[in-house]
Amino acid sequence: MTSLENKNSTVSVVLVGVGGQGILLASTVLAEAAMESGYDVKTNEIHGMAQRGGSVISQIRYGQKVYSPLVPKGTATVLMSLERTEGIRYYDYLAPDGLAVISDQKIVPITATLGQTPYPDIDKTELQKYFPRLVYLSAVEKAAELGNPKAANIILLGALSTRLDIKQNTWESAIKKCVKPAFVDLNLKAFELGCQSGN
Amino acid sequence: MKKLLSGNESIARGAWESGVKVATGYPGTPSTEILENISRFYKDDIYCEWAPNEKVAFEVAAGAQTTGIRSITTMKHVGLNVAADPLMTLAYIGTVGGFVAIVADDPGMNSSQNEQDTRIFAHFAKVPVIEPSDSNEARIYIREALEISEKFQTPVILRSTTTLSHSRGVVEPEEPRPLNRKASFQKNPQRFIPIPAWARGMRVRLEERLNALSEAASESSLNRIEWGDRQLGIVTSGITYQYVREVFPEASILKLGWSYPFPDRLIREFADGVEQILVIEELNDFLEEHLRTMGIDCFGKKKNNELLVPNIGELNVDVVKSVREKIYPSSTEKQEVQRPTLPVVSARPPVLCPGCPHRGLFYALNKFDVVVTGDIGCYTLGVAPPLNCMDTVICMGGGITMAHGIDKAGNDRKVVGIVGDSTFFHSGITGLMDIVYNKGKAITVVLDNRITAMTGHQDNPGTGKTIIGEPTHALSIAGIGNALGIKNVVEINPGDQKQTSETLKNAIESDEPWLIISKSPCILADRSVIKPTLHVAPNTCKKCGLCIKLGCPAIEKTEDGKAKINPFLCVGCKLCKQVCPFHAFKEMGEEGYNVPTEGGNC
Repeated sequence: MTSLENKNSTVSVVLVGVGGQGILLASTVLAEAAMESGYDVKTNEIHGMAQRGGSVISQIRYGQKVYSPLVPKGTATVLMSLERTEGIRYYDYLAPDGLAVISDQKIVPITATLGQTPYPDIDKTELQKYFPRLVYLSAVEKAAELGNPKAANIILLGALSTRLDIKQNTWESAIKKCVKPAFVDLNLKAFELGCQSGN
Repeated sequence: MKKLLSGNESIARGAWESGVKVATGYPGTPSTEILENISRFYKDDIYCEWAPNEKVAFEVAAGAQTTGIRSITTMKHVGLNVAADPLMTLAYIGTVGGFVAIVADDPGMNSSQNEQDTRIFAHFAKVPVIEPSDSNEARIYIREALEISEKFQTPVILRSTTTLSHSRGVVEPEEPRPLNRKASFQKNPQRFIPIPAWARGMRVRLEERLNALSEAASESSLNRIEWGDRQLGIVTSGITYQYVREVFPEASILKLGWSYPFPDRLIREFADGVEQILVIEELNDFLEEHLRTMGIDCFGKKKNNELLVPNIGELNVDVVKSVREKIYPSSTEKQEVQRPTLPVVSARPPVLCPGCPHRGLFYALNKFDVVVTGDIGCYTLGVAPPLNCMDTVICMGGGITMAHGIDKAGNDRKVVGIVGDSTFFHSGITGLMDIVYNKGKAITVVLDNRITAMTGHQDNPGTGKTIIGEPTHALSIAGIGNALGIKNVVEINPGDQKQTSETLKNAIESDEPWLIISKSPCILADRSVIKPTLHVAPNTCKKCGLCIKLGCPAIEKTEDGKAKINPFLCVGCKLCKQVCPFHAFKEMGEEGYNVPTEGGNC
């Protein structure tokens, strides 16, 4: 586990995926957990036109004092992608020793169906070439086993949490705060499952 | 208690804390969530409304403040173009209660058709502009803006930008301070009516006010000098301050939160205290140009005739770092990071959603050789392949008027103008009036998805609900068409391809103006229209590709090129079933339907 060694530095996390996959919830839980841990926090999310099935990015930064809400390139401690290929699009954000947490879910964009741009055929072995530190998960499958494939976002969040120095009970309290009561148990289980995969 | 709030949430909170009584607006990314938050959390204390357009919103809020209460209006940068008329003259008339127009710019055009720097508009209108740099400042600065407005009897613009509006930060909210003012309009024609004789006096007082405001801006806590190394002093405003502070931790900074009227005295003090001045600002060289006018030697957008700070797009830490590297080329060690050669990732632009009712209209319209003039909304996405169904877009309402212009030019092909329901109410009606009045024959299609969709589903005069969900009269688009004197007013369901194609054919072959209302709810706003996913029956697809031309994200191709349905995305709109000549697409219960083994509308 890499923690915030220098209290003066800022930890940056980048979450990516496709509009509608639940990036915003994962980002909110992370930001709440960081704030509860006593850090200054800033986040940035995409709204409006880009949400309509487009590629989306959410950025979270925390530390003693955070200035820019936008993550500088090459500095993210973790890059999490809810879609198999989207992590590659945002590769430049990840720090050289950063961790990539990637779901194996494929969402083929219409541009690929039309043959305008190829949808890259990549698997875990291929992704490891670009992301030496990789957690690769069948998050949707695992979430479906828990009862709802939509909880894939929180499974991945659990996996990335192993790289951040935020306490387990803080994560749990943030989940309880951000998720509708009916889905708390599901999401706590999803988070726990993710933690195990991350370790 | 500390809270994590976006810039927009924080502005809403600050307005409530400051005793605002009336809040109006028209949805527009990135400004929309300000009024949404007021309607959700503070509706008991603040009257709020979505107006049909920004001019109306501005005037309603301007009217409200004449009674002595505080009011705000919200819009995106292009919305201020629509509201420019009342802004320019309200600056003359001045205000009674506090009045702030909150205008959100979109550098980088994340969700807009152009880039505008609203600080220039403030300068043009001769009104103050306030620029917070993060969420907590947004909450505090809205109160300051209202107080400046009241003290100097001037409208004030609070300028946000996309990243400020949509970034969350730690905010320490305060309890609201109720003002307990009674709304009471006091008759005073010389004060409120700019007939030329009185307006000339207002014109003189406007200049006097600007001088007083400049003096106050130099004293204000919104503008401050952070002294550091005196070798380099950086002048900046708004969120750009955050990038500058991160990249130049050692530099002296003049942070402007109240950038116009320019705080000349403070600028001079800063300039006298540092050896050289760099201006880092997003979009225009607004501050830099003024510093030069003051005779202060500085650099910013250019240094030694080479481009330095971009005047196009959004700034961020990486951009500001590259500015630093250009200034101190020797001091920055180039870190050569080995970047692997990455595979090409498919472009993933925003698309019309699976089940979007606009798709059916565009697909049918593509069968005709016509010019299609478009407008601003989700349906602008109809420009993308494979629909390619849009030839022009300029601004809200322009879908109708551009069609009329092309028609009156004597174009060799028929013209079809497209607008949305909210856009029709915004500024489409006058265009349609023009077509009827001037005997045009352009066809107007209103893509009526019963909501203002692109900005995140706001109610509008056609939905039958106010911003706080109260039932109200729902304006009939057909009724308006009838009242305007259009003989051919037809409502169609774009999910029915036969009806849609036939109606379009009749309209295109006619020599009269038509108003076609393509009425079907937005799939995201009304989940009741979602039906079980369809399925491709085995051995039925002949790879003709007609369904692919729908551009539906739920239709994918198998490895051998046949159509398959992604059950996670399909919402059962059945458009594919209507266009497939081989009856390959099957509904649940039909022969050949395979129960999906995964997913399905979850």
